Amino acid sequence: MADVHAAGHTILVVGGGISGLTTAVEAAETGYNVLLVERDPHFGGRVAQHNQYFPKLCSPTCGLEINYQRIKNNPRIRYMTLAEVVDIQGAEGDYTVRIRKHPRHVTEACTGCGECSKACTVEVPDPYNFGMNTVKAIRNNHAMAFPVWFHMDPEYAKSEEAQKVAKVCPVGAIQPEMQAEDVTEKVSAVVWATGWKPYDAEKIRPYGFGQYANVTTNMRFERMANVYGPTGGKIVRPSDGKEARNVAMIQCAGSRDHNYLPFCSRICCLASMKQASYVRNQYPDSKVTIFYIDLRAMDRYEAFLQKTRADQGISWIKSKPARIEEDAQGNPVVIGENTLTGERYAMPFDLVVLATGMEPNSAQAGKVPYQGAAYDDYGFVTGGVLSAGCAAYPTDVASSVQSATAMAMKAIQVAGRRG
Amino acid sequence: MAYDLSFAKEVYKKSEMGHWIKMCMQCGVCAGSCPLRAHWQHSPRQLFQMVRAGKKDEVLKSSDMWMCTSCYNCIARCPRNLPITHIIHGLARYAETQGKVDPTQPTRRFAVEVFWENIVSTGRVGEAMLTMRLYFQDGIGAGIQRGLEMKDSALGMLKTRRLNPIPFRGKIKGYDGFKKMLAKAAELEVKLENKA
Repeated sequence: MADVHAAGHTILVVGGGISGLTTAVEAAETGYNVLLVERDPHFGGRVAQHNQYFPKLCSPTCGLEINYQRIKNNPRIRYMTLAEVVDIQGAEGDYTVRIRKHPRHVTEACTGCGECSKACTVEVPDPYNFGMNTVKAIRNNHAMAFPVWFHMDPEYAKSEEAQKVAKVCPVGAIQPEMQAEDVTEKVSAVVWATGWKPYDAEKIRPYGFGQYANVTTNMRFERMANVYGPTGGKIVRPSDGKEARNVAMIQCAGSRDHNYLPFCSRICCLASMKQASYVRNQYPDSKVTIFYIDLRAMDRYEAFLQKTRADQGISWIKSKPARIEEDAQGNPVVIGENTLTGERYAMPFDLVVLATGMEPNSAQAGKVPYQGAAYDDYGFVTGGVLSAGCAAYPTDVASSVQSATAMAMKAIQVAGRRG
Repeated sequence: MAYDLSFAKEVYKKSEMGHWIKMCMQCGVCAGSCPLRAHWQHSPRQLFQMVRAGKKDEVLKSSDMWMCTSCYNCIARCPRNLPITHIIHGLARYAETQGKVDPTQPTRRFAVEVFWENIVSTGRVGEAMLTMRLYFQDGIGAGIQRGLEMKDSALGMLKTRRLNPIPFRGKIKGYDGFKKMLAKAAELEVKLENKA
C-alpha cells in the first residue's frame, strides 16, 4: 500500500547526525523515499564525537551503528556525504533543491583498506578531535565511520604526492582531480537537521580559553576521554601531559549570558556530571569541583544528579566564576564568590573544563537557503521547512530522537498530501 | 514567615535603577569581578538579595555601596545586563536621602560635602581646591602628610596638564542658569518623591 502512495514522493533530510539519521530511517521505513544529505565525510555528527551518552553511560557507537544498518538495508534511502544544500525553491509538496557535492577525491569503490593513509606523508590537524592531534591528509574519521570510504583534504589533492598515493590504491578509487558538482532534485518535504556546534570558548575572555593551556571545553574533554581521542583516553593536562586529578567544571560558560549565548542549552549540567564520572573512574583518588548557577537536570535525569551527588569525590560550588588566572605552576585558578556562603574564593586546579553551550549551525554556516525560512532570536529554525533536533532547539540525544521521529511523521504527511 | 516586600518595592520605585534588582539571578559574577572585593562586606549580589529580603537597615547603613570606584567590570560581565554600578550608586544616594549613612563615611563625606559644595559654588570642578579640602578634612597634620604622599602624582598631573593648580577660578559664565537648573532638578526630585 505504502509503495503505491509513496512512489515519487521524496523527503529531503539535511544533516546526518542522530536527528537526521532518525528522521531518514523512520520516514523511509513507512515507505517514503528519502534523500539524506550530510556536510561532513561521514555520518554521526556530534554524537559520533562523544565518548559516552548520559544517563546510561553507554557508547554512542552502538546507537549509531543500528541506524547505519537500517540505512544500508533500506533501498528507499539515498544518501550523499560531503554535500550541502545550497538552494531551495518552490513550496511544501513541490520543492526544487540544488545540492553541491564537494569533491571527496575518493570514489565509492573504496573498500577502506587504508593503504592510501599508510602511503601519505602529510599530517593535518584533526578536525574530528578539534585539532588536538594530527592525522593523515587522506583518511576516514574513526574506526566506526560510515560510509567507510576514505576522504582526501582538498589542499592535499592538489599536491604531487596525491598523484603517487592514487597509484597505491588497489581498486583505483582515488581521484585527486575530482571537482565539485551541483545536482538538482525534486522533493516534497524538507527536514532541516543541521544540529549545533560548540560555542566558541575564546569569546569568553575572562575564562582564558586559548590563552591558558589547561583550560579546555566540554567537547574537547569528551574527545580526550575517548580511546580514539588525542590522548587515547587518558585524562591529562594539555600543558605538560600530567594526570589531571583535580578537575573543575564550570557550568553556563558562555550560556544564559547576554554577552554570549543568552539561552540554556539544557545538556551541559548532565554532560558535566557525566564527565565528572570519567575523571572519578579513571583516578579513584581524584577530585572534581562543579561550579554552577543552578543545576538543570531535566526530566528523569534527576536520578543521575542524585547518583552524582552521592559521590564524595565530587564537590559543588554554587557560583558562576568571574574569571580564571594562571599561577606559576601553570594551574588555572578559578576566582569568584560562593553564593551560598558569601566567601570569595581563588582555587587552583590541574584542569578546568568549560561547559560551553550549543550554537545552532543554522545561525551561521547552516542557514536554510530558502526564502520562507524563519528563525527564533538565537538562530534555531522555527519555520519555512521542518526542523528536527538541535536545529530546532537545544536538547539532548534522547529528545533529539523524539523530535526527529515527530518530524518524520510530519514529513510523511506533507509528502503524502499531493498526487 | 511571610515575605515582607515593602523595602524591595520601595527600592524598585525610589532608588535610581533599583527596579533592575528584580533581574538578578544570584550567580556571583559581580563579586568575583570587583577589584575592591577585599574591602567590602557584602557583594553587589548580596546587597540585591538583602533588598529582596527586606533588610532595610542593613542595606542602607552598609558602607559597601560607598566602596564602588565605577570601574564598570561588573556591568561588563553581568550575564543579565544589570547596570550594577548605577544600581549601587542609586542605593548610596537613596541611603543618603533617607539619612541612614554614617556621617563619617569617607566617600560619603567626599561626595556629599566636598565634591558637591565644590561644584555648586562655582559651576565647575576646581581640582586644586577639591584636592586640598579632601586632604585637609581630617586636620592640618593629616593633610600635609597626604599631600606629600601624593606629591609625585600631583607633579605628574601638572606636567601633563591634567590638573589646574589655581585654587580660586571664579564662577563659570552663565552661573545663574546653572543655579536654575539645579533648582529645577531639586523641584523635580521632590515631585517624583511625592508621586512614589
